[in-house]
Amino acid sequence: MDVSSLAGILLGGIAAGMVLFIVSVGLSVTMGLMGFVNLAHGAFAMLGGYAIVLSMKHWGLPFPAALAFGFIAVAAIAVVLEKTLYARLYRATELDQVLFTIGLIFVMIAAVTLGVGPETQTVVLPEWLRGQTDLGFISYRSYSLALILAGTALMLALWLGFERTRIGAQIRAAVDNRRMAQSMGVDVGRLFTLTFALGSGLAAVGGGLGAEILGLDPQYPFRYLAYFLIVVAVGGMGRVSGVFFAALLIGVLDFVLKIHFPKGGTMFIYALTLILLLARPQGLFGRKGA
Amino acid sequence: MNAAQELGRRHRLQWWEALPWIASIACFFLFPTYLAFGTQVLITILFALSLDLVLGYAGIVTLGHAAFFGAGAYTVGMLAMHWGWSEPLSGLVAAALVAGAIGLASGLVLLRTHGLALLMLTLCTMALLEQAANMGAAWTGGFDGMPGLSFTKILGLFSFDVLYFRSQYLYALAVLFLCFVMVRMLVYSSFGQSLTGIRENLLRMHAVGAPVRTRQVLAYTVSAALAGVAGALFTQANGYANLAVLGLERSAGVMIVLILGGYGRLYGAFVGAVAYMVLEHVLAKAYPTAWQLGLGLTLVLVALYARGGVLGIFVSLRRRLVGSAR
Repeated sequence: MDVSSLAGILLGGIAAGMVLFIVSVGLSVTMGLMGFVNLAHGAFAMLGGYAIVLSMKHWGLPFPAALAFGFIAVAAIAVVLEKTLYARLYRATELDQVLFTIGLIFVMIAAVTLGVGPETQTVVLPEWLRGQTDLGFISYRSYSLALILAGTALMLALWLGFERTRIGAQIRAAVDNRRMAQSMGVDVGRLFTLTFALGSGLAAVGGGLGAEILGLDPQYPFRYLAYFLIVVAVGGMGRVSGVFFAALLIGVLDFVLKIHFPKGGTMFIYALTLILLLARPQGLFGRKGA
Repeated sequence: MNAAQELGRRHRLQWWEALPWIASIACFFLFPTYLAFGTQVLITILFALSLDLVLGYAGIVTLGHAAFFGAGAYTVGMLAMHWGWSEPLSGLVAAALVAGAIGLASGLVLLRTHGLALLMLTLCTMALLEQAANMGAAWTGGFDGMPGLSFTKILGLFSFDVLYFRSQYLYALAVLFLCFVMVRMLVYSSFGQSLTGIRENLLRMHAVGAPVRTRQVLAYTVSAALAGVAGALFTQANGYANLAVLGLERSAGVMIVLILGGYGRLYGAFVGAVAYMVLEHVLAKAYPTAWQLGLGLTLVLVALYARGGVLGIFVSLRRRLVGSAR
């Protein structure tokens, strides 16, 4: 295999991994903060994808504006749901949370099917993201390169936000020890609402950005549920950098395996996750007991 | 009433426990054209009952219970297809053994974890089996599964009835009854009591010296074997097995059935399976979107307000009535 095809496969995998990262990072932080098993996270990504695609199609919004619209719309929906419904189940058992969020997925799937229809939506990319970009050693799809740039920028922004701001420090403290953080005067409930909105908004952006790669139809939340959960579980809950590396790992692996073993490639990912979680139940980057 | 009397009262057979069985036999005579559907309901009840043992009694939340249903279904199917082993009763035993062995092996390693890791591990185990069934096409039929399987007469007397499912219905009912009697005895034994203890307070059970892990693994194994029997019944009654017997959809489906009915109550499986499947049968084909919306809203409401499911509502209503009479 020559260098350029290897680079091509890597770039494709990294681009897919970036989408996984943008969608899953919010899930990781909210799960780490409250221990809430939110299986409906992918449904927020789907809602965002629809908001972005439809606002471009019907209102003629440019791509970046549509992404912003998707972020704000889904973050707003998430805040309302968090205040009215999620908040009641923080102390509930895992089982109730699983049940509630599966129910929410069904409701959102039905809402989208009723409102838009069951068919697959296609994203029409703007002119400047189509075609190829010459990187010197390889010419690659501009859109994948843009995804990699966007994902890296987001990673840096989140890392700075977590490491360098007061709120970031509070979130880290609360993920490590919620009770202790609370007794030091951190308003964990407010933090959670904030991260939940931010995380859902990012999922929405990821849904829109990834629609090109993952597709977009009402079955989206169930189809990718396992992937998002695997990324969070492998990366460790509440660890932004962990999710980043896990998403890249899974993205590249999935991309390579789908090319070389089109039939049962995903099997390796499940097997790897299984072995990894048995050895380190807290994930690659998670802390024990956190 | 002291604790011993209370326990004794709880374990005694109540008059209403005969109702589901009377109703199932009555259905055989009342709805002779719906027995194919009835057979599926009975199989789902058995599957949900097996889940109740781990979820409702041992408190293990799993997203991968379909792994065992699928293991049972494929065991019977592969035995019949490749080795001509199509005797149904021994097929059930083989399915129980295979599914139980998978349950034991996975339980031994998986049950050391909890929370998200356990959820993911059960999910991954099932996904692995699903992919294996998909890939090993020479053995499992791959994506198309194994259509057109036939089995010999049950006990050498009753042949499988492809058209009306009469013998399948009674066969499934008999197997369900036997399994139920076993589960009921198990749940009300001291073993079952210690499972409830583990569910309610893990630390305290460790503190009193109960062999927590061993009991959890044992419950997981028995439950897996029962799910395998349910899967085997599925293959035998329908004459086929395909990838749909494994997968997140079936796992989530049986969980929904059990929780709608009420978990940790034995009879929740019956109420949930009948309610869910009849509604699905009526609604899902005609109004699929409305069915999804209704199901989703119901799940949300159950999680928020009615954690005991249908039976839980019934019990608390009864308590309120009896309480006010006193």
